[in-house]
Amino acid sequence: MAFAITSNAIPLPIAAVPVVEVDAFRRDVLTAIAAGGRLLLLIGLPGDGRATRLLAAIADDARGAIAVCSTDVTDAYPALTPDCPSAHYFEREIAEQYGIEPEGHPWLKPVRFPLGGPTIGEADFYSVAGSEIHEVAVGPVHAGVIEPGHFRFNCHGERVIHLEISLGYQHRGVERALRGGPDRRSLYLAETVAGDTTAGHATAYCQLFEGLAERECSARANALRVIALELERIANHIGDLGALAGDVGFLPAASYCGRLRGDVLNLTAELNGSRLGRGWIRPGGIARDIGSDELRELKRRLSDAGRDMRNAVDLLWKSSSVRARFENTGVLRHEAAADLGIVGPAARASGIDRDTRRDLPAALYRARHPTITVGDNGDVFARALQRWREIEHSLGFLADVLDDPGSGTTASAIPSLAPDAVILSLVEGWRGEIVHLAVTDAAGRFAHYKILDPSFRNWFALAFAMRGQPVMDFPLCNKSFNLSYCGHDL
Amino acid sequence: MFKTLLARARQGYRTAGFPAEEPGLPALFRGRPELDPTKCTDGCRQCVDACPTGALRVAEAGVELDIGRCIFCEECVAACPEGAIAFTRDWRVAASRREDLIVTDDNRPRVDALGRELRRLLGRSLRLRQVSAGGCNGCEVEVNALGNVVFDGSRFGIEFVASPRHADGILVTGPVTANMKQALLITYEAVAEPKLVIAAGACAISGGLYRSHPEVSDGIEGLLPVDLYIPGCPPHPITMLDGLLRLLGRL
Repeated sequence: MAFAITSNAIPLPIAAVPVVEVDAFRRDVLTAIAAGGRLLLLIGLPGDGRATRLLAAIADDARGAIAVCSTDVTDAYPALTPDCPSAHYFEREIAEQYGIEPEGHPWLKPVRFPLGGPTIGEADFYSVAGSEIHEVAVGPVHAGVIEPGHFRFNCHGERVIHLEISLGYQHRGVERALRGGPDRRSLYLAETVAGDTTAGHATAYCQLFEGLAERECSARANALRVIALELERIANHIGDLGALAGDVGFLPAASYCGRLRGDVLNLTAELNGSRLGRGWIRPGGIARDIGSDELRELKRRLSDAGRDMRNAVDLLWKSSSVRARFENTGVLRHEAAADLGIVGPAARASGIDRDTRRDLPAALYRARHPTITVGDNGDVFARALQRWREIEHSLGFLADVLDDPGSGTTASAIPSLAPDAVILSLVEGWRGEIVHLAVTDAAGRFAHYKILDPSFRNWFALAFAMRGQPVMDFPLCNKSFNLSYCGHDL
Repeated sequence: MFKTLLARARQGYRTAGFPAEEPGLPALFRGRPELDPTKCTDGCRQCVDACPTGALRVAEAGVELDIGRCIFCEECVAACPEGAIAFTRDWRVAASRREDLIVTDDNRPRVDALGRELRRLLGRSLRLRQVSAGGCNGCEVEVNALGNVVFDGSRFGIEFVASPRHADGILVTGPVTANMKQALLITYEAVAEPKLVIAAGACAISGGLYRSHPEVSDGIEGLLPVDLYIPGCPPHPITMLDGLLRLLGRL
């Protein structure tokens, strides 16, 4: 098989990536996946002349390796999706961005409705026919303070037969704007890919930048980035546990968790000035070191917050009314999660034992990582419990990191980037695996930049989890995934 | 039930003392910037060149910083060789007029309270419909925080409602993507007169980082009549609360 082998944040010369015939490409990718590999991404790149270059990356999670190969296609090629369901969304994206038809793809619908294409909202939605069948259309403007998206439910009575999720309302041209960089905007664009994942996307961008320059940050800078990432994880998980409590009308836990989320954001703000950690993580390191007094204080306050979190979240597990609403609601079975290539806590709650921090680590996570556990049932309860376990593991892990934050300079200058190279940078954000990919030109600038927020893979899992559910359970199911619209729409 | 009550006692009373007390912002908080154009040297454009959003320009009277475009990143502070720019911890950056967001020295943006008749109509409540039009969920999460027990906007009658029909106005976040423009305008139309429009965050005010992208409208300027601008990327919940309370004449 023709693959170039690399790993997280290790660049490859673009010339080292094999370009094979499309039949060989299909065969190799499918063979690698049948052998236990995972489709990390499948994207289009501008090719020579009229051709579009398809690039596939297959993760070997057991070995921590990423295999990359490519092919050139024009107009059409035989789709991978019928043999590899996790390719379905990537192939929709390729069809939308390059006008290439993956033949045999079951649903080549728009992903983001970019300029020049079909008008958003005028899509050809699936519909189910029959007596007592009705449709419910929700969005783009929703009831809460939340980003826009359109949800189309086909229901029989209260029961959802099929949910179609149509996004793209937040499309603002992030990837296009990153091309030609790095420049003064690049880091900040990365931070706003998904504003609630500022540390996650900023780290993915910086790791990519440093990888292309073949520079590593000091142990100290890496430890501080880990603090930023894990605080972001804790804040979002505890906030979502509160929101889940709110969605089943259990207000005590909703109030306490909402306050605790803010407490963690305030800790972040004390370390860098911004509650979301804007401008904290930078290429070459981190904006600001933390003194030993601050580290001790941070540890003490995290420990206090952890106690309050345990107290608040315990209420969820011990209230039969909450459990009755969480249990067996929105089940995402293990096989479906595996087939669809779901990532993050949503995948782990369905028993998929995968976490970038352990399987494909970069920087500090190579030396140590939090305990990784998985659930089994794949329901709202499992996803809630998974979030809580990850909070506990992150708190324990942070306590260790704060005891030994390493040494070294927190900011180092980055020389120019490798020309004609390709690099993948992976970070386990709080929603799951974030992937940034860049291809550089002869001058070492970004000829192409691709962002994969975990939401890109996981939105379809929400649609799957809703099948057979009462439509009234949608808010609860939705919150248990809490996916990003802007991270998807880019 | 007993455990729930015990937890209530443990979790305590957490609502912030603001506005009666200082908001207790962190030492590193980046609030209202101040400029000292007398320190600028002729022909120097280092801050202008460093700014990721083009918020700075050199005018005849000296350097100007448009906090309607600023993301409060401090790249300009790092770039300035003369120390002419500093971000203070002042959270009061909201303004009624777009031009008041241009900082030239230590000038402060001002919020004019709504007219007496409008305040009478609103009574003690302000119900807003939030519309995210390309917002990255940075502003949205901070707007959500306004409803938690700490900032607790409902103390002042400030709440976010599910329908524009129930709202006194809209609070917009994001640079207004082409794909959300129509939905935003329809939502605005659906609010009964008289109605307010609030632009929260650099994106909604000016397009922010996404300004000039063909995929966006550079914020709501020119699309809707704006009553309150709340700068930031994202604005701190205290900044939002401060702006809203001033608009309501409560501060």
